[in-house]
Amino acid sequence: MTTQLKTNALSAVAKAQRPTAASRWHTLTPYLFLLPALALFAVYVIAPIFQSIWISFFEWDGIGDKTFIGLGNYAELLEDPQFWTSLWNNVLWLVFFMLAVPIGLGVALFLNQQVLGIRAVKSLFFFPFVISQVIVGVVFSWFYDPSYGLLQRFLGFFGVDPIPILASETLVTYGIIAAGLWPQIAYTMILYLTGLNNLNPDQIEAARMDGAHGWTMLWKVIIPQLRPATFIAMVVTVIGALRSFDLVATMTSGGPWGSSSVLAFFMYEQAIFSYRMGYGAAIATVLFLIMLVYIGFFLWRMLRAERG
Amino acid sequence: MTLKKLLAATAVSTLMMTGAQAGTLVINSNQSDPAPKAAWGELIADFEAANPDIDVQVNEYDHEGYKSAIRNWLVTSPPDIVFWFAGNRMKYFVDRGLLEPVTDVWENNNMYQNFGSTRASMTVDDEQYGVPATYYQWGMYYNADIFEQYGLEEPQTWEEFIEVCETLKANGVTPITIGTKFLWTAAGWFDYLNLRTNGLDFHIDLMDGKVPYTDERVRQTFANWRELIDGGYFLENHASYSWQEAQAPLLNGDAAMYLMGNFLTPSFPEGSNYDFFQFPQIDPSVGMFEDAPTDTVHIPSRAKNKADAKRFLAYVAQADVQTQLNLGLNQLPPNAQAEAGDNKFLVQGLEMLSEADGTAQFYDRDTDPAMAKEGMKGFQEFMVNPDRLDRILENLEKVRQRVFR
Repeated sequence: MTTQLKTNALSAVAKAQRPTAASRWHTLTPYLFLLPALALFAVYVIAPIFQSIWISFFEWDGIGDKTFIGLGNYAELLEDPQFWTSLWNNVLWLVFFMLAVPIGLGVALFLNQQVLGIRAVKSLFFFPFVISQVIVGVVFSWFYDPSYGLLQRFLGFFGVDPIPILASETLVTYGIIAAGLWPQIAYTMILYLTGLNNLNPDQIEAARMDGAHGWTMLWKVIIPQLRPATFIAMVVTVIGALRSFDLVATMTSGGPWGSSSVLAFFMYEQAIFSYRMGYGAAIATVLFLIMLVYIGFFLWRMLRAERG
Repeated sequence: MTLKKLLAATAVSTLMMTGAQAGTLVINSNQSDPAPKAAWGELIADFEAANPDIDVQVNEYDHEGYKSAIRNWLVTSPPDIVFWFAGNRMKYFVDRGLLEPVTDVWENNNMYQNFGSTRASMTVDDEQYGVPATYYQWGMYYNADIFEQYGLEEPQTWEEFIEVCETLKANGVTPITIGTKFLWTAAGWFDYLNLRTNGLDFHIDLMDGKVPYTDERVRQTFANWRELIDGGYFLENHASYSWQEAQAPLLNGDAAMYLMGNFLTPSFPEGSNYDFFQFPQIDPSVGMFEDAPTDTVHIPSRAKNKADAKRFLAYVAQADVQTQLNLGLNQLPPNAQAEAGDNKFLVQGLEMLSEADGTAQFYDRDTDPAMAKEGMKGFQEFMVNPDRLDRILENLEKVRQRVFR
């Protein structure tokens, strides 16, 4: 098999130029190094994607016989109010989770000063990113609790009746997004803090000489230099929004009556608890397509940036 | 090629190893909470002492994780004993040929006589598929001090029940506590209201998908439920709380009653005055049916050591073993020859269940899992927004038609 591979590569290279044995190895080596990674990627990422898409054409409870129903699962999705609720919640997540980027920038600018003890303050701000999402969910559930939660105490101070945020179909998703923002802001803050460390002092000096300060300085000089940090911050935030599962699962399990569900949780619920693997796979495929659009955009931008 | 050979060799040696270990009984258990774990641990130790030739190996799983994991083992490489639930949950696996019939264990151990109350829930097509180990009653647990304070008595009928709720409400006590965050507590209310309104046969037909959710009789159940909701008898913001969190108002005296299973009782503090009454009668022409969820042990059809597994099942069925086990679990022994624990909740529960006209398992054990999930969401939504009943029932009917095709 190895000889076969070698001769193939050999003949391919031979067409381009007359190679020496050494240069032949030079062309081949990178692919040999890539091979293990590519093989694992193909087996554990690419193959399951196609497997999952294939399963989405069946009705299957996970242990019995599979029945081919074509696009039946997708047709049902279109009529399932739970699907539309989940999809809409995913949109809300994408939009409001983006607040983490400007807020993270604000916190980073605020913390980017040379004061005694600022390192300790910085680490306190970074703390929520270190603890697990599940803990964040539990802490916020207590915070929102209508009978003893801190938020209700606070509202009671102003004479407002308790608001059962996690039991209200209109507020629940915003409540969970707010919980998600807490660690996410810490994350974007760290990205911006690193970015701020790498600012070009000459440019700032020059701008100052030309009379820029305050907003102009921030908007025209600092932020453009932070573009790489902004890009990464947006990428991780979009991914975080689409992956939002832990918080939904720990804080509400999609409730009340499914009104805080997102596609990832909806898929889990259908596949694991309702034993509908085909339907779950169809939801996963839709989520995959949404991500694909985003990943396509991301790759396109990256390639464009690399070409300069 | 070599990889394939290697895999084959490993598979063969694994098979040989397991073959050599006959006499090992593998049990997968979901009884991982402290009290059940101790009770079962004791039972297994006694079993091993009585059967020195059998070496028991127990794998423990958390209760929720177990429910999805069991589906994987049953089709691949199952243990010799699995813990599971009677009724529809069991039938689901029986229909797919994944559980071994143990009719001979029933015949050889006089079980038809001793397990009359649970026999139906263990039977599919005249064959029995497991042994019931424990069950428990559902009903109204209430704060007897509050009842005494307002001169109330245990209500027997729906009218009396409404009156009790009304009095409590007028005195600033929340009549009924409930936490519907994880949905199933609402299903307890649906079960009882439907059993009392329409009886067990109708209830089971509904669970089996033979009756539409838009049926007039189902609407009558919801109309009774609505009476309680419109009266404002349920705890406010109940969708925010789990069943444990909803205990707090009951324990600190803000709420008076809780429809729950007997697993609630260990939470009552020492020296407190709580008591139990049967869910009141709604229609005198309908019998008194109860929810009595039964936990069971089964042998998977692909188990390796079925002979010893049957010995274990027969052991679990013994009267003295059931007495001992259920003392530890604080639940009721399904074996009629066994004795229930000596506390007032178990004594009343045993009496109630032995006089019951019939028992159901529980909503999410009696109906298909996909139906149960949607149904319980609907119950929760109804309890918060009773005006949406029509839309909720139409949605449930759509789900029923899909699930029970």
